Amino acid sequence: MTYIRPKFRNPELPKNKLGYTLAYYEGALSTLCAGCGHDSISAAIVQSAYDLDIEPHMLAKLSGIGCSSKTPAYFLSNSHGFNSVHGRMPSVATGANLANRDLIYFGVSGDGDTASIGMGQFVHAVRRNLNMVYIVMNNGCYGLTKGQDSATADYGSKNKSGNVNLFESIDLASLAIELGATFVAQSFSGDKTQMVPLMKAAMKHPGFAFINIISPCVTFNNNLGSTKSYDFVRDHVEATSTIDFVPTMKEISVNYEKGSHKEVTMHDGSVIQLHKLSDAWDPLDRQSAMNAIINAKAKNEILTGLLYLNPDSQDLHSLLQTSDQPLNTMGEKELCPGNDALKEINAGLR
Amino acid sequence: MKPTDIKDPEYFHKVVDCQYACPAHTPVPEYIRLIAEGKYTEAYMINWDSNVFPGVLGRTCDRPCEPACRRGRVEEEPVAICRLKRVAADNKDDVKHLMPKGPFKQNGKKIALIGAGPASLTVARDLAPLGYEIHLYDEQKLGGGFMRSQIPSFRLPETVLNEEVDYILDLGIHQHFNHYVESLKELLTKDYDAIFVGTGAPRGRDLPDMTGRKEGAANIHIGINWLGSVAFEHTSKIGKNVIVLGGGNTAMDCCRTARRLGGENVKVIVRSPFAEMKASPWEKEDAQHEDIPIIDNHVPKSFVVENGKLTGMTFEKVHAVYDEAGKRKLVPTGDADVFYPADDVLVAIGQENSFPWIERDCGIEFDKWEMPTVNETTFVSTNPKVFFGGDAAWGPKNVITAVAHGHQAAISIDLMCKGEDLNKRLDPMVNLISQKMGIHEWGYDSAVVSDERYVVPQADKKVTLTNRKKEVELGFDPIAGFKEAQRCFNCDVQTVFTENKCIECDACVDICPTACITFTENAESETDLRAMLKMPANNKTQDIYVSDTLPTARVMVKDENFCLHCGLCAERCPTAAWDMQKFFYNVTKADNSCYHHQK
Repeated sequence: MTYIRPKFRNPELPKNKLGYTLAYYEGALSTLCAGCGHDSISAAIVQSAYDLDIEPHMLAKLSGIGCSSKTPAYFLSNSHGFNSVHGRMPSVATGANLANRDLIYFGVSGDGDTASIGMGQFVHAVRRNLNMVYIVMNNGCYGLTKGQDSATADYGSKNKSGNVNLFESIDLASLAIELGATFVAQSFSGDKTQMVPLMKAAMKHPGFAFINIISPCVTFNNNLGSTKSYDFVRDHVEATSTIDFVPTMKEISVNYEKGSHKEVTMHDGSVIQLHKLSDAWDPLDRQSAMNAIINAKAKNEILTGLLYLNPDSQDLHSLLQTSDQPLNTMGEKELCPGNDALKEINAGLR
Repeated sequence: MKPTDIKDPEYFHKVVDCQYACPAHTPVPEYIRLIAEGKYTEAYMINWDSNVFPGVLGRTCDRPCEPACRRGRVEEEPVAICRLKRVAADNKDDVKHLMPKGPFKQNGKKIALIGAGPASLTVARDLAPLGYEIHLYDEQKLGGGFMRSQIPSFRLPETVLNEEVDYILDLGIHQHFNHYVESLKELLTKDYDAIFVGTGAPRGRDLPDMTGRKEGAANIHIGINWLGSVAFEHTSKIGKNVIVLGGGNTAMDCCRTARRLGGENVKVIVRSPFAEMKASPWEKEDAQHEDIPIIDNHVPKSFVVENGKLTGMTFEKVHAVYDEAGKRKLVPTGDADVFYPADDVLVAIGQENSFPWIERDCGIEFDKWEMPTVNETTFVSTNPKVFFGGDAAWGPKNVITAVAHGHQAAISIDLMCKGEDLNKRLDPMVNLISQKMGIHEWGYDSAVVSDERYVVPQADKKVTLTNRKKEVELGFDPIAGFKEAQRCFNCDVQTVFTENKCIECDACVDICPTACITFTENAESETDLRAMLKMPANNKTQDIYVSDTLPTARVMVKDENFCLHCGLCAERCPTAAWDMQKFFYNVTKADNSCYHHQK
């Protein structure tokens, strides 16, 4: 065995505002198959966290079970992490988020973990607009158990042993829009220039930010006839827009043609710049986004980019009007004010 | 940019920085791996084939390979390449049977070699096995040239030198020692088919016009002559207070030798600032370790002689001033001149060529600096029968350069004797072989160790300072040698990319620890492309490896600069579009029998 990552890094690596190089955001060496799309997604997460100058201890990565859910070991080693039960990451994220609203919650899941065993949990996290990033590394198969079709495998897609999928697939992006997600994007693991700004915008979004990323399984689902292979995705990918994420205070340097350009200012002042490639779609309009996805599907296209964004998103804490101070920083006195306080509350309800 | 032509042997050769920097292009990583495997004999023979004096060079080489070593670009210190060579030389078995063995079938051609230093000895070694009758001339009683007369035996034991000189003399070389060639003209009238001049740069610079030079002559010595006289045991003493003038390696050898011959207060006094001295940093360190202060920014002004005896020297204090072009000027500080007492002064301020024995009318053109006109590829002078090499060709360099010259001159002499065109030289022998053995297994130790450079142990100063012949450096023992060898990145194991296998999954980009690999749109110029990479390729001395256009209309670009040759790109590649392939590059010599014998 020689599979050891050297200690040396490029000595010219630049540092971000916190004085860290990209290397500080790395994780352990991946044990996924060589060429797995998930590794590229991990690399995009590392890049996004570095670019946003995130203090590693201010981020928690959460996952369920599966190849996708192993990846938190391969990025952000200096951040918090919780590898939960299969499909139960949303409830762990909900609990953590309620206890400490100050962290960035970065959920990583797969098509099995989300669309099958975890579906019941996923839909509720969406409709509650829990403030988190939820990434699905979607390869359309159960890679960890030898590549059976998953619930996101497209109808008619052929797997490695030549069997054609007889069932309709679950489209996670339209489902998320349907359920009221306030940030919905789709991307492809082979396109970091698109993934990185999407992830950065997702981390800045106050509410449930969902990114469905097609991530080819090189071992079990990269064959001819598969609709989730590198070649198929490259041939059928249809970007809705190019996206730039401009952090607060940074001068906007990109200029687009009039009409196709859309700017969305986030709550912290950072700006998402969208350069729309199609006019028949408004990313701020739910109906329009839904139509765009359905139309693309009819044309056998995979729509990528930021599909839908609700700039007026109210996350779970705002909806519940919880305390601004994270619960985990409060003492026993504040959390358990005692019998008198309870009596007062009860009296107020009479 | 056009795709890189990796079929050009020089492309991958340049990636093996140490080998590329070595004048003789010794296959460094190849022998370092053999040392790690404990195959010292094989490691020695690779060296012997390439640089002829592994034991000598493993102690004394100027090591142009080490500043070039890639490791020095990602951490403090390069691999101790030079001292690893010594490990091979110290621990090898008998190697005689691996060398060409005479008597050789004679081809009827006679060659004279003037001077028995490294350049001539290399010519002798390369030509003797081909059947040439070699006549070697030297004014000294033993062969070795400046390896013997100028390198003190506490750095290079005579036994080591004798062994390697004898390997060559034993090839049936006709030896004419104690024979000073006084006239080239006369030699040209003899029946030699070719003459090789390897007489070095034998004249040490002096300060002939300095006040007191003549009066103090008895105690003022020219450094290289004095070292030679110590080596041949004509001199065995020096005064207690010694000043050594000069800042080169000869000055370091002089001061350290003086310490061993009775010098108690030995000082090196040099004009330039310490950091700009010509001496190798490790030689300066060794001198300081032997309690020899190095006083910089002092320009010698006069020898002070009282009652007919040298008592010391005066110096003017200066400091360095640089103009816009970076040119240095030493400007007096205005302080009063300083006096340093001395019983003896050793002048080691440079050396130069001198050809009093070459008549100016025997067809050899000399330039205004009295240097012969020598072809840089073929080493032939303007007289087609006379060749030059080593320091004699273009002034003082070092042993390894002299060896490199010797190999090339031998090829020319062989071509000339066969009546062939001297410029029709054979390409190097090159090989490129995949090292893949399994998913995580390679035919080389791909893991990159983090160890810092190991220090070569030295003998106790109490012993070495009292015995001129006691070698100071003890050399790495086999365990330290192994550890140091493991620091080598194996830069000769190349990352080879095959476009039509690549599925552009980015796995190599994501895994590369030093961010060498980028998939990008192509650019018109190299400068533009270098700027477009994940990490801009700022080191222009290192090439970028550009692939042909891929299905997404992009190209793969790899900056060779910080590549650790760890093989992770190839390990993470699902389609083996990346492969680690061992590149072997061996300079063609007049006689390659030694290399073929090993195979």
